[in-house]
Amino acid sequence: MFTKRIIPCLDVKDGRVVKGTNFINLRDAGDPVEVGAIYNKNGADELVFLDITASSDKRNTVVDMVRKVAENVFIPFTVGGGIRTVDDFKTILRAGADKVAVNSAAIDNPQVISDAAGKFGSQCVVCAIDAKRRVDGNGWTIYKHGGRIDMGIDAVEWARKAYELGAGEILLTSMDCDGTKAGYDCELTRAVSDVVDIPVIASGGAGTFEHFLDAFEIGHADAVLAASLFHYKEMEISDLKDYLNKHNIPVRL
Amino acid sequence: MSKIAVIDYDAGNTMSVMNALKYLGYEVELSNDPAVLYKADHVVFPGVGAYADCMNKVREYNLIAPIKEMIAKGTPFIGICLGMQMLFDFSTENVGETDKEHIEGLGILPGSITGFKENPLFPCKGTDPQVLKVPHMGWNSLNKLNKDSKLFKGIDDGSFVYFVHSYYLNAVNRQDVATTTEYGITFDSAIEHENIFGCQFHPEKSGDVGMEILKNFCSL
Repeated sequence: MFTKRIIPCLDVKDGRVVKGTNFINLRDAGDPVEVGAIYNKNGADELVFLDITASSDKRNTVVDMVRKVAENVFIPFTVGGGIRTVDDFKTILRAGADKVAVNSAAIDNPQVISDAAGKFGSQCVVCAIDAKRRVDGNGWTIYKHGGRIDMGIDAVEWARKAYELGAGEILLTSMDCDGTKAGYDCELTRAVSDVVDIPVIASGGAGTFEHFLDAFEIGHADAVLAASLFHYKEMEISDLKDYLNKHNIPVRL
Repeated sequence: MSKIAVIDYDAGNTMSVMNALKYLGYEVELSNDPAVLYKADHVVFPGVGAYADCMNKVREYNLIAPIKEMIAKGTPFIGICLGMQMLFDFSTENVGETDKEHIEGLGILPGSITGFKENPLFPCKGTDPQVLKVPHMGWNSLNKLNKDSKLFKGIDDGSFVYFVHSYYLNAVNRQDVATTTEYGITFDSAIEHENIFGCQFHPEKSGDVGMEILKNFCSL
């Protein structure tokens, strides 16, 4: 039985997990290895580490973190945040990540997707997309630099292009829904999922069990991502999976 | 504690496999030196990427004879993902880009590798939610066919493991098939033949179940 994936996202700064520090029973709640291991135990199917380090030593701290996670957590994990070049892909993959997510750099230079896919295989190239509904309500456009710059490019077309260039997965964040806990943008998710032949991870807006169910049933998502909901223990992954299972969504129990 | 050799031919997932084996407490060495490989108690043949590229690397590093030699002398040998696929006769991966009918493998076990999309029964067209995407990426379950399997000893039927692949194995000798998995069609997800083992999934990325499988292999 092929399953839908539940993916917690961990924000990491200077090699430390910066959200969700209220995990109890952890010696060090900021340690990516410990947090990763706990999520593994709770049933996470994969992990996404988003590096938000701004310092000049960014590269070294993230590589060091990736190495430690790879040595101790044995489920797939993706690393994103500030990835610019094929060399960045190589460094992160060599350190032990399974996939690398690229966002702004791919918008500036789409060839980074095809180059990385050609060199390391599509399976490790994740195209992260931040999308927001147009003011006139007609479709969505993509934003770069953490949602600060509207590129005016249609999100569905961009996703299709990323797929054609060789991306192996789309991590699709709805900027309208992110942080609202009012549900995923199922319309956006479905529009993208139905035009690409690669998995789409829905992100942004999860608040209740039903939101996850909708992302799969209405949004045709292959996987769902959430951050604060899991970090702040508002929802246990195991409870979410029980709920989805009861509603006929195949999950790994 | 037994000594495990991981065959080094620039394959992508080598480090993940080594990390998992080290975590389990085994002494692991990455090498393409036959002298080192022959001394190992167990050998792991990893693999990620394109079939033709990997076969070319195996040839370039003169590994065909040592691999056959290790298998012939009875050393427990496991191929992972493309490492398993290469143990068989041939693959049709990307043959459209060449003038060949197929890409030759090591031919140690009889069987071939074909793409999900090449199978007319595979549901990959349209926008129906039942349509499946390729690569087959994510967690899927194992149907245990060989109840006496050494590799899957103590692993429950229906256990989940992590897959990433677009091509799959059709083993000729059905008694060699340890597990099958369903993804639109049913394919051979693990094999076991005397001292030769192989899994299409990644045990090194399959959490606790994967670690148990690796432990089973290293305990042989």
